[in-house]
Amino acid sequence: MIEARDVHYRYANKVEALKGVSLTIKDGEFLAIMGQNGAGKSTFVKHFNGLLKPTSGTVCVDGVETTKTSVAALARNVGFVFQNPDHQLFSETVEEEIAFGLKNFGFGADVVEKRVTWALELLSLTQYRKTSPFLLSGGERKRVALASVLAWDPQMLILDEPTIGQDHEQKDKLRQFIMQMQTQGKTVVIVTHDVEFVAECNPRVVLMSEGKIVAEGVGKEILTNPKILTESSIVLPQIAQIFTKLSPLGLPKDVIDIYEAEKLILNAEENKRQQ
Amino acid sequence: MAIIETKNLTYTYPGAAKPSLVDVSIKVEKGEFVLITGPSGCGKTTLCRCFNGLIPHFYQGELKGEITVAGEDVLEHHTYEMAKHVGLVFQNPENQLFALSVEKDVAFGLENEGIPREEIRKKVDWALNQTDIYSLRERSPHEISGGQQQRVAIAAVLAMGPEIIVLDEPTSFLDPLSAEKIFDVIYDLNRTQGITVILVEHRLDLTAKYASHLIIMDEGRVRFEGNPREILSSQETRLIGVGIPKATLLYQMLKKDGLNVGDTTPLSSEELADELLEALGNQ
Repeated sequence: MIEARDVHYRYANKVEALKGVSLTIKDGEFLAIMGQNGAGKSTFVKHFNGLLKPTSGTVCVDGVETTKTSVAALARNVGFVFQNPDHQLFSETVEEEIAFGLKNFGFGADVVEKRVTWALELLSLTQYRKTSPFLLSGGERKRVALASVLAWDPQMLILDEPTIGQDHEQKDKLRQFIMQMQTQGKTVVIVTHDVEFVAECNPRVVLMSEGKIVAEGVGKEILTNPKILTESSIVLPQIAQIFTKLSPLGLPKDVIDIYEAEKLILNAEENKRQQ
Repeated sequence: MAIIETKNLTYTYPGAAKPSLVDVSIKVEKGEFVLITGPSGCGKTTLCRCFNGLIPHFYQGELKGEITVAGEDVLEHHTYEMAKHVGLVFQNPENQLFALSVEKDVAFGLENEGIPREEIRKKVDWALNQTDIYSLRERSPHEISGGQQQRVAIAAVLAMGPEIIVLDEPTSFLDPLSAEKIFDVIYDLNRTQGITVILVEHRLDLTAKYASHLIIMDEGRVRFEGNPREILSSQETRLIGVGIPKATLLYQMLKKDGLNVGDTTPLSSEELADELLEALGNQ
C-alpha cells in the first residue's frame, strides 16, 4: 500500500512541482495518473520508490516512510519504469540488461536464466537477446526497460508513459499483462496521456494539474467529463467524443467502451424502427 | 514529378544481421500529407533517415536501390545539402534545442547559411508566427512547455524554407491537447504553404483525419500504400497490429451488424457522429 499525505516537493531550482498531494493506493489496485505536461505526475510517482523525498508531508510504502529506508530496499517491491528508456539502459546486450537487477538482488544463475527467458518472451524480445539495446527502435528499448523490471517480479509496478512509441499489438499485450498482474493481486500505477489506452483498461483515474489532484474517480466517469478533461489538456476518447455528439438521439454521454457503444446504437436503431 | 521517390530501397545498418528496409518503392507527390505507420521496429524511422541522407552518409551501412528527394539523388548529396529541401523534427524536442532564446534557436540554421540579417529577421518572424510562438521569442527554450518546445523545433525547421517536413512521432511526449495543436499547425502548413508533410505516427486515432496518403510498413517492407479511407476499411490492416481509429472500427462493427450508416469510411469521431445522426435521426 502507498500512502501519500500532503506531499509538497520543491526542486533545487525552486520550482514547486507538488503542492500538497494526498492519495492512498491500495494493494492490488490499478491506477492511472493523468494530466498535462508539467502537472507533477512524474515527480509524484518518483516518491513511490523513494527516488524523490517530500520537501514536506510523508509517503509511506507498506507502512514504512520513504525517508527512513533506501531506494535499493524499496526497489525490490516497487518496480519503476521511466518515461525515457535511455535513462535506464546501459548494458551491452538486452540479456545482460534484464539480468542486471536479478543479479543485484542475489538470485542464483539458474533463476536469472529462467526469469530473463520469461521476460524476453513476454515482451516479444527473444530475437534481440544478444543485441545491444542501443541498436533497437524507441518502442523496443521501452520494452527492454519494462522487461528488466518485470523480471524481478515486484509487488508494485510504476510505469511512466508505458505506451509511448508502442504499436497497437504491444499496447494490447501490455493491457493483458496489467490485467494478469491484477489477478495476482499486484498494484499497477501508470502515468499516461494515452486516453484510448485508459479507456480500454478502465482503471481508477487521478487527474493532476499544477501540482495538485483535481479529480478522481472511475475511468468512465472522468474520461467523459469534457470540462475537467479540457482543464487538464486532455482530449476525450473517440467513443466518448462520438456519444457527446449523439445526445440528440437520446443516448447517454458516458460511454467509453466500443462494445457498449455498438449495443447502444443498435438499440437506438431498433427503437426507431418500432416507432 | 514526384517529390520523393524510392525504388527497391534496401538498407542494412552496419553490423546488423538483416536489413531494416526491404525493397521499399514509394512515390510521394508534392503537397501530400503522408502518414507512415506500422508496428514498432517496422522500419518507419529508418525510412525517414533516408529522406535527408542521414542514411547512408551518417549511419553508413549498406544501401541498395534508388532514392530521389526534391529532384536530388540522395546517395550523391550530403545531409547538409539535403537539409535545404528536407526538415526533420524528432520525438523529443529537448534533443534538438540548445540556444539561449527561442528566437536564436529558430535563426541558427539561417545564420549558418550566411543569409543577410534583415532576411533572417523576416524568415524567423514568419516561422514564429506560423507556429504561433511569436510571443515566446525571447524566452529560453528550456523554460517553456514540451508542446511549445516542439513548436520551436518545427519553427526552426520551417525557417529554412524546406519543401518537405519529416516528423517522427513529434507528439509522443506531449499531452493530448498540445499534440492536437501541433498536428493543426502541421496541417495548416501543408494546406496553406503547400509543404509536403511526412508524419510517422502510431496513433491513427489522432492523425488519420489529416492524411491524404497512408503508408503502412511491416518488417521493413511497405505492406499498404494509398488512400487512407480505402486502406483502413480493409480488415487486413488490423492483422499486422495497426491500431485503426476507434471511430473507423466502430463503423466497421456497425456495418457488419447490418446497420445502414452510409458508405464513407469515417476517419474521425466527427465524421462517424454525423453519419449516425443522419442514419438514426428523425429527419
